[in-house]
Amino acid sequence: MACAGPASSGRPMEKRVTFDNRLLPYLLLTPQLVVTIVFFFWPAAQALYQSLLLPDPFGLGARFVWFSNFEYLFNDRYYLQSFVTTAVFTFFVTLVSMSVALLFAVMADQVIKGAGAYKTLLIWPYAVAPAVAGVMWLFMFQPSIGVIAFYMKAVGIDWNPVLDGGQAMTLVILAAAWKQISYNFLFFLAGLQAIPKSLIEAAAIDGAGKWHRFRTIIFPLLSPTTFFLLVVNIVYAFFETFGIIHTMTSGGPGQSTTILVYKVYSDGFVGQDLGSSAAQSVILMVVVGILTVIQFRFIERRVHY
Amino acid sequence: MATISIRDVRKSYGKTEVIHGVSLDVADGEFIVIVGPSGCGKSTLLRMVAGLERITAGTMEIGGRVVNDLEPRERDIAMVFQNYALYPHMSVFDNMAYGLKIAGKTKDEIRQRVDQAAAMLQLEPYLDRKPRALSGGQRQRVAMGRALVRNPAVFLFDEPLSNLDAKLRVQMRLEIKQMQRSVGTTALYVTHDQVEAMTLADRLVVMNAGIAEQIDTPMAVYERPATRFVAGFIGSPAMNILKGSVSGSDFVLEGGGKLALDTKPAETGRPLLFGVRPEHLQIAAAKEATLNLSVTAVETLGADTLAHGTLSGANGAGGELIARLPGSARVAPGDTLPLTVQKDMTHLFDAETGKRV
Repeated sequence: MACAGPASSGRPMEKRVTFDNRLLPYLLLTPQLVVTIVFFFWPAAQALYQSLLLPDPFGLGARFVWFSNFEYLFNDRYYLQSFVTTAVFTFFVTLVSMSVALLFAVMADQVIKGAGAYKTLLIWPYAVAPAVAGVMWLFMFQPSIGVIAFYMKAVGIDWNPVLDGGQAMTLVILAAAWKQISYNFLFFLAGLQAIPKSLIEAAAIDGAGKWHRFRTIIFPLLSPTTFFLLVVNIVYAFFETFGIIHTMTSGGPGQSTTILVYKVYSDGFVGQDLGSSAAQSVILMVVVGILTVIQFRFIERRVHY
Repeated sequence: MATISIRDVRKSYGKTEVIHGVSLDVADGEFIVIVGPSGCGKSTLLRMVAGLERITAGTMEIGGRVVNDLEPRERDIAMVFQNYALYPHMSVFDNMAYGLKIAGKTKDEIRQRVDQAAAMLQLEPYLDRKPRALSGGQRQRVAMGRALVRNPAVFLFDEPLSNLDAKLRVQMRLEIKQMQRSVGTTALYVTHDQVEAMTLADRLVVMNAGIAEQIDTPMAVYERPATRFVAGFIGSPAMNILKGSVSGSDFVLEGGGKLALDTKPAETGRPLLFGVRPEHLQIAAAKEATLNLSVTAVETLGADTLAHGTLSGANGAGGELIARLPGSARVAPGDTLPLTVQKDMTHLFDAETGKRV
């Protein structure tokens, strides 16, 4: 009777895993659930709750203010500007890192001699921490001590990202994109190598030149990879570029490189406005949720698997 | 439609030469099958015709034009690949229309040509489908359709049937032959399957280790194999080969026995190989027998019975032999079969060079 679980009473061909003990499956799921709850649901709930509070300057008490944190944010010129900044930053980081990576991958795919060494070198930047990457780029482009800045000035470019918001933006975009190229390169290369050679040969015999083959055969067949990378890169630009921004510009000059994530940090931990910071992180969560839904709903349809 | 002329074509990868000078003249509209074991260079040769591999030495002409340095698209050829190489993201129609669009044909002409090819290959109901929604045989047809619509000078087939099951292969074999007959386009076809080779070819090219061992009609290759390799490769089961040497008008086997030869070779003494196909051995009365086969295994195929065994009795011993007997023959392992060799159905090869004597 004790062992008369679903396994013995079910059809003999039943493929579902069944357990004799009812508690065992829950026990096996517990570690995963604990991690998810402690590190995601709990902080998310905390953020939701805090976004409705207005703490006093000393952190001794807090007043429940309903949605006035949000109300304040949507009337804040700087906050709305940060949306535009984030959009511009994300668009260019994704565009630059993906297109350069694709170019590198297409070229690396044709290398036969020394392919291993070449690929290893291209993958290296991925091992560099964002803050380190930021500092490295800063040293190269710093207007007073940077090596590249020196030559840029020598050829007559008025280079000063410390004062010029546009230049600062360009710089953080390049640094953030550079950091992500390796990752994209790796996936694009794997994607390219998964395309059967005979398809390319068939297209060549059908009369397609190199560029036409790329446009009509290779690129469409890469679309699952491209779509995946698009999602990853947008999420990267949104969240994982904090270190780069923080080391290079600290969101400045003015607010010109303050992306949403950076504003969450600077309003919360520099400006000590924890309620607003929490409200911003809630908005960010919603934005990412919407972006993901849009991507899977509308863009994925055009992907050929 | 065009002739193909291959003159002492060679291919090397680094210092390793894999094709050691192949020459072949293909007449307009001819169906040539290149057959050989894996790694013999047959696909490489075809890919050189297609322009997918560079030609290391020699000249290649298609329709009287040297194509050595031309890109595949400048050669006016169409190729059917082993894995079909259909564009997975395009419909059947777009797959077939791809080359025509690049060639800059008008929409109407593309439509008309694709429809015509689709009708010929019974693909009309599937034009809107993606390749993954088709069966193996249908994909094969699309690949052929893609070659057909372009109306090229030469068709190239690279083992197009090896991914199909046995029944479909027989059917498609016939369809390919009929299609080629009806359009009359010169075709080069690579396969490792000798049945495909024999049934499809106007002429066969039997390749081994980068050399064309024999180029002739299927029947001539079967009846007068030029080398020991060809003798063993074409025909199933393979030709029996017995070692020995010529003495007078007899062939003296290594094991000691003698076989009378139909024609007396000019020279005597040097080591030779005696070849006879399993189907050219017959059961005879005991006293007329020239060979005695002690049977070790029997394979019943219905129409035929294959008797495997070794030579035994007074006429030498040791050599392995297969005899193809009528299906009605009652043979069991352990029997001793008295056999005779059909007249004029024997072959002699040089033991060293493998060349026919």
